[in-house]
Amino acid sequence: MKPTTTPDTVSVAQAFSTEAANPPWKLPPPLFNARCRACWFTAALLVLVVASFVSLELDWAAFASMEAARSMGRFVAEFFPPDLSPVFVNKVAWAAWETLAMSALGTVIAAVLGLALAVPASRMSAQDSAWLRSPTRWLLNALRAIPELVWAALLLISAGLGPMAGTLALALHTSGVLGRLFAEAMENIPTGPGDALRTQGVGSLRVFFYATLPQVLPQLMSYTLYRWENNIRAAAVLGVVGAGGLGQLLSFHMGLFHMNKTATILAAMLLMVACVDALSFAARRWLTR
Amino acid sequence: MSVAAPHSSADRPSGLPPVRPHTQAPARDPAFAGRVFWLGLALVLLWPLCVATEFRLWVLWEPENRKVTANFLRSFWPLVHNPEFLEMVVRETWRTVAMATAGVTLALVLAVPLSLLATRVLSLSALSGRMDRWPAVMRWCVRATLIVLRSIPELIWALVFVRVVGLGPTAGVLAIALTYGGMLGKVYAEILESGESHATQTLMRNGSGRLQAFVYALLPSHAAELASYTVYRWECAIRSSVVLGFVGAGGLGQQLDNSMKMFNGGEVATLLLVFIALVALADRVSAWLRKALA
Repeated sequence: MKPTTTPDTVSVAQAFSTEAANPPWKLPPPLFNARCRACWFTAALLVLVVASFVSLELDWAAFASMEAARSMGRFVAEFFPPDLSPVFVNKVAWAAWETLAMSALGTVIAAVLGLALAVPASRMSAQDSAWLRSPTRWLLNALRAIPELVWAALLLISAGLGPMAGTLALALHTSGVLGRLFAEAMENIPTGPGDALRTQGVGSLRVFFYATLPQVLPQLMSYTLYRWENNIRAAAVLGVVGAGGLGQLLSFHMGLFHMNKTATILAAMLLMVACVDALSFAARRWLTR
Repeated sequence: MSVAAPHSSADRPSGLPPVRPHTQAPARDPAFAGRVFWLGLALVLLWPLCVATEFRLWVLWEPENRKVTANFLRSFWPLVHNPEFLEMVVRETWRTVAMATAGVTLALVLAVPLSLLATRVLSLSALSGRMDRWPAVMRWCVRATLIVLRSIPELIWALVFVRVVGLGPTAGVLAIALTYGGMLGKVYAEILESGESHATQTLMRNGSGRLQAFVYALLPSHAAELASYTVYRWECAIRSSVVLGFVGAGGLGQQLDNSMKMFNGGEVATLLLVFIALVALADRVSAWLRKALA
């Protein structure tokens, strides 16, 4: 900053110069300081981003050229008009129902399995040795780490093509997620009711059913409904590897370049996701009102 | 669910039911009939779902399927660990991470301007009561675009882009960029609208530009939240870039798909272990970063 010659500003600059964090006669702080954690973090981030773009050999020319724009335009134009013949719409509606059923059944199985796994994965009382706690948590983490689509591809080998593989895949992944959430919910409830029963000599099964479960049930329900919402979205695309529902129909017709039919299926998928979003938004608003 | 009440209750307020000694507690659950009824009803409702999903678990136990499954599972061990394969795994793992990082970077390029357009806090006309009609319409359109971008799953985008730009990571990066651009833009706009907007409004009332008001008032008060959400989405992008490999976008997913199609259990097991480790690592890094940012 260069001091101006106006007497007014000079006096102001002198008045402030002693307190200013960065007095004008000093240089600005160096851009990189080895003791500054944020600097290191930003540098690492930049290196990561640049390395990613460089190493991926992205095909910008194919995407940003006129040729690509034209082929994209042709591709989109082929979608119209969507195939709305009653036979096909019926087929899409059945596939949508299949998707919905897959997600619902998968979530129910996951809730039961998750509850069964959450009991050994949580320490119910101070006396509980909970020796199964960490192995069960490892199992839950492994179930959770593998995405639904990978589970579906694995299960196709033993369950064959069709919605059952998709349902089981959703159930396995979701039981990992729900089991962990349930276990945390059970460990965080007040221990009073359970202790009261235990001191009266009630067995651990009855303590679970009459003290633990009633306390966590609302939370369990809300977690399960939340996962169901996610699973509807996941079930729509699971079929891409052949596990039933709208996705299977989509990959089948897209593979055969039936673009009009693909457009109908995509529209059905979007409609379904939008309905689920709107319903869950309304339900949330209604519940928190 | 009646739990025997304690005996000693001399100072019990009147109006409560009389204390019952616990020797008289019902031997069985008083709500038993109701519970059985609801459980039965739930099972009846599950039946159409089972029909629709062709849910026949016994198919898994048919001798033929059992043999295939057992053979596949048996081939999981020993893990494949020859140097060429491991080198390929490392390369594909980096590719997965790079695809997620590049995708999120492009998503930011899309999301930041759109969220600035969509947020209501940065409206000048809204300073004096209601927003004008055209700015409101514009904001609503931007928000609708973001919602549409985000409600098409990245796998579908990838399928479309594989058709347009061919197999390879470009399709995956573009798919992540579009879906995550929608997600980030929508959530950024929501984060910017939440919380205190007093400083922003004061700046704008005193004649600063909207970009200045954003940089000097709105951004500093929400920076930590925005950054931590971005890191969380980066972690999600790593998980989904593996899945994108299944439709031909390269990376770990594509190798996993190839190995599964060739029934090579050892390779599948190695790849799955690497994948679980990658997800756990991303989880740790993202948790650490978010804690550091908070």
